[in-house]
Amino acid sequence: MQEAMKARAKELLQSGEVSRVLGWRRGEFAYDVTPAFFEDEAALEADFVYDAFCGANLSKYLIRTGRMEGRTLVFLKPCDTYSYNQLVKEHRVQPEKVYVIALACNGMADVEKIRAAGFDGPVGITEQGDDFVVQTLYDAAPLPREKALAERCLTCKSRLPVAGDETLGQPQGAGPLDRFAGVEALENSTAEERYEFWRGELSRCIRCNACRNVCPACSCEQCVFDNKKSGVANTAPADPFEENLFHIIRAFHVAGRCTDCGECSRVCPQHIPLHLLNRKFIKDINELYGPYQAGADTESRAPLTNFTEQDCEPGIVHERGVK
Amino acid sequence: MKRIAKDRLSQLFDRWSQGRPLYLPVSTPAGAELKPYQAGVTYCEALNTNRSAKDFFFPQTENMMDFKVEGKTIEVKEPVRPEEDFVLFGVRACDARSFELLDRVFLTDPVDSYYKARREHGVVVTVSCRRPAETCFCTAFGIDPAAPGGDLACWPEDDFLYFTPNTPAGEALLQSAADLLEEADEQQPEAGKQALRERLQKLPIRDLPLSSFSEDKLLELFNSEKWGPLAESCLGCGTCTFVCPTCQCYDIQDYDTGHGVRRFRCWDSCMYSEFTRCAHGNPRLTQKERFRQRFMHKLVYYPANNEGLFSCVGCGRCLAKCPVSMNIVKVAKALGGEES
Repeated sequence: MQEAMKARAKELLQSGEVSRVLGWRRGEFAYDVTPAFFEDEAALEADFVYDAFCGANLSKYLIRTGRMEGRTLVFLKPCDTYSYNQLVKEHRVQPEKVYVIALACNGMADVEKIRAAGFDGPVGITEQGDDFVVQTLYDAAPLPREKALAERCLTCKSRLPVAGDETLGQPQGAGPLDRFAGVEALENSTAEERYEFWRGELSRCIRCNACRNVCPACSCEQCVFDNKKSGVANTAPADPFEENLFHIIRAFHVAGRCTDCGECSRVCPQHIPLHLLNRKFIKDINELYGPYQAGADTESRAPLTNFTEQDCEPGIVHERGVK
Repeated sequence: MKRIAKDRLSQLFDRWSQGRPLYLPVSTPAGAELKPYQAGVTYCEALNTNRSAKDFFFPQTENMMDFKVEGKTIEVKEPVRPEEDFVLFGVRACDARSFELLDRVFLTDPVDSYYKARREHGVVVTVSCRRPAETCFCTAFGIDPAAPGGDLACWPEDDFLYFTPNTPAGEALLQSAADLLEEADEQQPEAGKQALRERLQKLPIRDLPLSSFSEDKLLELFNSEKWGPLAESCLGCGTCTFVCPTCQCYDIQDYDTGHGVRRFRCWDSCMYSEFTRCAHGNPRLTQKERFRQRFMHKLVYYPANNEGLFSCVGCGRCLAKCPVSMNIVKVAKALGGEES
């Protein structure tokens, strides 16, 4: 796949159709790849990489391409194409400045899970058939694919891209994966248990803002939390309850726009399962307004910014009650 | 040299936690974290804690004073000074070095009284690393994890921990548990230490091209064209600065409590748009300048003021935690390569 991507990128650069390529740059080890713009063939040849560690969603970087000369070629995994569509829908990305190549994807690995599986000092990780072989500082051993895959890939909403000027590889839909099991488990617990769960998880927050800054739905030029006059601190809280509010306010703000790309949970240095908050909103929207997937298209009106006579009434809050 | 069998560790922890808190690494959903010891808590031998040990001397938030407003009077209340003795167990060599780097900032004039109080009341027990990670590069900064700093150094070997005091405070801590410890042969850990040092020589990022990061090249480095491409992926989050054991910038803020004002300080991050904001805004207009500030501080400004000592200890947390895997190793290799 990587070689096919490089070859196609070189063609598009050569023909002048695109001025640069947005992809992933290889790192010191197998897993530490960095999103990067490549200006020419030499740069692509030297550093371009595509493998199971290219989990970073590139779509948010496209916001800045609107101010760049020419078109930017971007490689998007199926889940990234949802973020891309949503950004186009919100007029944050200008599609005429972008050339999208959608990729077939069968899941991305999470190095934290590989470490947790007992691999100390992973340096090289190669795909062998469906599985991985992990080379560490101390030895090498195989690891079944599902043990290395990121949580968001094990509960993938779809492996079929929804955008793209062209597609590389043969995308195949994933099996029926249930992404709401975690939310349901919380829904079935008592209000006190849920409260304790979230206070416990959110108490680990260090307010690094990585979840917000990586989120394609968080694309405000200036966040309310970065405004000292708003009375809330962006660095550290005076009161531990602020932390809880920060995440809940953010979840409300992206409700109906979050595509469930899972970047928030991927980047959290404190391993807070932030995607559960967003998935709760997605599940509720599906149940109350009918099935809806943010980013599935660039035109439709989203349930929370639309009105139909079938919409639920505010009394739904009372009817559903508190368990 | 003294030693204790690992299966008797809880007795040692019970002793050291008498009358004062003892913090040690325990396993949590976020990874290993330094938590207070109490009966039943298990010591986690994970290589490094998720957050650095600097939190114990320079916490993320710290109340400085409260203003209580009643009618037209304002009462100023000072918080309780951090003058409680405590023991930190299980600190790694990298984090132990970070305290020395922070001392040079907080214990020189004007002395930071909060930090000083905590330093004077904390005893640090370091534990040597046996299996360093691929992200470890403490040796690039002259740190020897086989002989870590701190008040009391500890070497784990087979079923025993071997103790070597580095300071009078460490000696006193060791004495306080003398009846639990047995005399040990100085030579016992030597073979293991040799094996560790050989392992360190094979780490993938043990050497960094640091020789060109000097004060006389300050402007050349500052104006390097490489900062643009290096910073282009940076999200502007504060993860690297908040997990870093040597980042020391803070901000002082006032919080309206409803019946007065709480003045507190909290960690700040040069990666943030609000950092060092003055009347006209942030002097570093784009992420490139903010990103550059962090690495220039670690590799050029701090050494220029501190006899060439770099403000990085190679703990590798930023390597493991950065959402886009951009870090000091990649920066040093990109910029240091130019000169060497």
